[in-house]
Amino acid sequence: MNFVLPSENVYSKVDGILKLAVMAVGGQGGGVLASWIEATARAQGYACQTTSVAGVAQRTGSTIYYIEMAPQSGNAPVFALAPSAGDVDVMLAAEMMEVGRAVMRGFVTPDRTTLIGSTHRALAVSEKTMPGDGIAHAPEVQAAAELAAQRLILADMDRLATDQGSVISASLFGALAGSEALPFPRAAYEEAIRASGKGVEASLRAFDAGYTAARDGIAAPERQAKSAPRKITGPAEYMREWEALLARVHALPEPVQAMAEAGLAKVVDFQDCAYGAQYLDHLATVLRADSADRNYALGGVAAKYIANAMAYDDIIRVADLKTRATRTARIDAEMDKTDSHVLHLTEYFHPRAEEIAGLLPAGIGARTQANPARMARLDKWFGKGRRLRTDSVRAFVMLHILGGLKGYRLRTYRHQLEVAHLDAWLKACAAPEQYELRIELFKNRRLIKGYSDTHARGLSKFERVMEMVPLLQGRPDAAEWMVRLREAALQDPEGKALDGAIKTVKSFV
Amino acid sequence: MAERSFKAEVEHLRKGEGDTFTGEGILAITKALLENGVGYVGGYQGAPISHLMDVLADAEELMGELGVRFEANASEAAAAAMLAASVHYPIRGAVTFKGPVGVNVASDALANLCSSGVNGGALIIVGEDYGEGSSIMQERSHGFAMKSQFWMLDPRPNLPSITKAVKDGFELSEASNTPVMLMVRIRSCHVTGSFETRDNQRPPLTVYDAVANPQSDFNRVVLPPMSYLHEQDKINTRWPAAEKFIIENKLNEMFGPERADLGIIVQGGMYNGLIRALQRLGLAEIDGTTEIPIYVLNVTYPIVRSEFEAFCAGKDHVMIVEEGQPDHIEQQLGSYLYKSGSHTRLYGKDVLPMAGEYTGQVMLDGIIAFLKSAAPTMLPDHVRAPNMDAPKLPDLSKTVPIRPPGFCTGCPERPIFAAMKLTEQELGKHQITGDIGCHLFGSLPPFEIGGATMGYGLGPAANAAFDGGGEKRAISILGDGGFWHNGLSSSIGNMVFNKSDSVAVIVDNYYSAATGGQDIMSSRAKNDTKATNNPISKALKGVGVEWVRQVDHTYDVTKMRDVLREALTTDHKGPKVIVASSECMLNKQRREKPLRNKAIKEGRRVDVPRFGVDADVCTGDHACMRLSGCPSLSLKRLDDPLRDDPVAAIDQTCVGCGNCGEVAHAAVLCPSFYQADVVHNPGRFEAWRAGLRRKVINWLQKRRDARRLRLDGVAT
Repeated sequence: MNFVLPSENVYSKVDGILKLAVMAVGGQGGGVLASWIEATARAQGYACQTTSVAGVAQRTGSTIYYIEMAPQSGNAPVFALAPSAGDVDVMLAAEMMEVGRAVMRGFVTPDRTTLIGSTHRALAVSEKTMPGDGIAHAPEVQAAAELAAQRLILADMDRLATDQGSVISASLFGALAGSEALPFPRAAYEEAIRASGKGVEASLRAFDAGYTAARDGIAAPERQAKSAPRKITGPAEYMREWEALLARVHALPEPVQAMAEAGLAKVVDFQDCAYGAQYLDHLATVLRADSADRNYALGGVAAKYIANAMAYDDIIRVADLKTRATRTARIDAEMDKTDSHVLHLTEYFHPRAEEIAGLLPAGIGARTQANPARMARLDKWFGKGRRLRTDSVRAFVMLHILGGLKGYRLRTYRHQLEVAHLDAWLKACAAPEQYELRIELFKNRRLIKGYSDTHARGLSKFERVMEMVPLLQGRPDAAEWMVRLREAALQDPEGKALDGAIKTVKSFV
Repeated sequence: MAERSFKAEVEHLRKGEGDTFTGEGILAITKALLENGVGYVGGYQGAPISHLMDVLADAEELMGELGVRFEANASEAAAAAMLAASVHYPIRGAVTFKGPVGVNVASDALANLCSSGVNGGALIIVGEDYGEGSSIMQERSHGFAMKSQFWMLDPRPNLPSITKAVKDGFELSEASNTPVMLMVRIRSCHVTGSFETRDNQRPPLTVYDAVANPQSDFNRVVLPPMSYLHEQDKINTRWPAAEKFIIENKLNEMFGPERADLGIIVQGGMYNGLIRALQRLGLAEIDGTTEIPIYVLNVTYPIVRSEFEAFCAGKDHVMIVEEGQPDHIEQQLGSYLYKSGSHTRLYGKDVLPMAGEYTGQVMLDGIIAFLKSAAPTMLPDHVRAPNMDAPKLPDLSKTVPIRPPGFCTGCPERPIFAAMKLTEQELGKHQITGDIGCHLFGSLPPFEIGGATMGYGLGPAANAAFDGGGEKRAISILGDGGFWHNGLSSSIGNMVFNKSDSVAVIVDNYYSAATGGQDIMSSRAKNDTKATNNPISKALKGVGVEWVRQVDHTYDVTKMRDVLREALTTDHKGPKVIVASSECMLNKQRREKPLRNKAIKEGRRVDVPRFGVDADVCTGDHACMRLSGCPSLSLKRLDDPLRDDPVAAIDQTCVGCGNCGEVAHAAVLCPSFYQADVVHNPGRFEAWRAGLRRKVINWLQKRRDARRLRLDGVAT
């Protein structure tokens, strides 16, 4: 039995009471926001009551604050201590999934609720730990909120506040004022902030930002959309080589070009233009088996994953990326470093014997890898956590030299391994008759990522998924099953979901 | 120092006759204690009454002026035992703790106290941790009142009623020589409102006067044959005295018309929820005026039979609104009705659910169900015959992730559990028990370490069955709060005495952190009124633990893991105890941030560490997330068509605790993390040297850039 009382309920005596709820993540300052609202209401001659739930929820969990108010008159009103589904006038949700939670709990209804929400995300643990992409789908929440709310005000309240050196409670408070859901003038709200006496100026700026956002909305594209044309500079000789490669890309079928150019840039950045030419050769081989009827879907996917495979993560690449001028500038900006500051930079490296062996010339590397005693020795010499202070000349030069070993890279044992792996994979991708299945085999490359053990686990998952090809080949739903296997592999690190998926496949073939 | 300071609010406690106090429930309770001449107060922190302990601690100076003794008791048992002062002396005493878990701990002392009976008013203020926001098993404290015979007050949840209940409670206690429990629910503790204040009263007899003139009377000792007399006294003298007092002073309230066919009986604490349901049905005004007779039980134990029968007289239908189970009150009322041969029909847990919180919707549904049967004509038409469809909303239950509480940014307990997870990967899964405290979050993802909690300070005791050892040792976790509360004797003492082969990890974060950062014996802070700085490791040695390892920097994950491995593999016979100590980051930041900002302003050298992730080095495998769960370590989607999965990113709230780097090292993860220390106001030499280094580095970078293709936007 679940009665949601309709709004035009003539009998209801609660319409004289304004009910507000704040749903937040512990630590966001929901309590401050609630106390500001209460102070404003009292100063405006309202009877007001706030309740909150203190407890362990304060530690990063979902929290809720609840406020009721009514004009002072005669006897004291009897206020409820918690929000009821279908009976909330204003819902302030300080994070996008809390917006969703407010809707789910029935606190947002089309007959009465003004929903003021922040679109920013504080990811829940379950969203972060999945090896694949576990981030919740915010547009779904927004769609539900649009249906549920009488009035919806959504903006990145967190950014509006932090841009002003304040916190989200202030911008939400401003948005509440701007929504005019309560019968109080703007000055009354601002007075409450001033009276609280802490960080007043920054709070007032954030309040203004929130107020404006609620009144005028946010200018549509908050962040300037990317895709400024790629700028490439370098010595004339290299530029000529690059232009030649680019010309080859432009000769490719149109649907493949954009991805091929991105892939080419990644591969050339990883090594050089000659390596880029190899990339385009591989791509060309794939494209020979592709067709315009299919809009070159296979080629597009191949362009992406071949580039990722060729630009593998070895010590040389990491050392190169860590010593670039662009990185120094980026970190300075991120850390708000000015000329009056000094920046210390510590890198956390923990190479294993495998990485060191990979850096050796192919022959020696292979022999070392095969010799446990030698590997143990390497592990003893190198296999420990190292903190490198790359703001110091010594550590920087060391990484700088490592990062400059590109000319030598193609002779390393690691490169030999990667080339062998790439060739085997390309061959496997070309084998099946079914076009869709071939696409999925290219996409399986997504499973290989990370370093050390994580990389090894990814590799093993990749191999286990690829091993299923002979079982699935020829079935009309082979590609769909391949997708399912891959998705399962991305569910958890240990591969439990993948075990289950493989069992299922084996049960019907 | 507690997490929240009430120093400013405590000044309002000085208000006198004719003033109005506006603020939170817990402050109002404190004020009421002072107005009623309390002689001593104490308790043990725990939601929802943690802040009451904080207020009392912050009000210690004011209480000192009035001759009131404040004790931060070692446990709820210690708090309840303190009420022994009111057995012989006519001194009012009040203690506070959470219910029902605190009452569980206190029950030994409470039972003895109830048998002896009290001379001065004894008040137990219990924050009933039930319903949304609760952190414990869902039970009621009510049963304790029934078994030990103390009276239970459950006042209407507004400040005038709650403060009146303090006064009533003391007087009822003295009138019936019985302790009184004043129950306040989660939201009542923090409900805001106003009440008219009175002058604070100095206790007529202070504890200092009393101890100078000691008294004793063996008739009050719980020993046979006196204990048999106590039982008779409870029933024959104290209970009738209590009923008389309750009736004469109208502790329970009647609202609405005297005559009607139906009526509702409600626990005081549920009154506002009931009125809200009636308001929504158009059956009560905003101020609560209603046409339905309501009998409010501000005293939920004992039930005064004569009052109840008078209320039922002439009524065909009576409903009892009683939250939680078992339905103690309903059973009692049913028994009274049956024995008096009444024809009044009793409703309760048939129209309302037996278990679970009575939220707004539950209450509304219950009242509708009651009225449909008892008086259908009272209901609005659309409720009797609903014809409106609720709007159809998409199902978000699969989209919106749950958000249980977890470790804060920079929490020193995170690296302990990261180390335990690494140990698990290396040595396999172990039998692990947890305890009460923030560290219990370690049982949730991403760590999922520990599978049971048996009570405060009982983590190692909960592993006692495995003390004999086996192929793999059992591990238990215990916090510093739990250690001093009960753990030292019940858990560690138990291990030593039984020659346990198990491992215990004591998480020492310098505070009773989960309850709001109160000081405990091993806190490092200097506290003017409490003895802090008593190391846990010293206590361990004192009770005979020989194998003790002290880790002073929990963020050193490698060391943490090595110590754990040693504990699990050593040949040492007897308990292996690791003390892992680092300060609670929430409290550390609160203490240090203002000092740091001040130092920067004053031009002193300050090093501010923060972590970052090189997005182009991160492959998006999220292995680091599975060893962290830190709120500041999150994910971002890159604007790169070649990437499928979001990569790690660290936001501005990072406090530079070091866990990310240490975990990357210990777990051999990846080289994406870097630590950036921004040095404010560097020394002249330091600045010169840094400038020189930058010059060399810039020269090398420029030189290389001149010799290669620079593809901006590919990797930055």
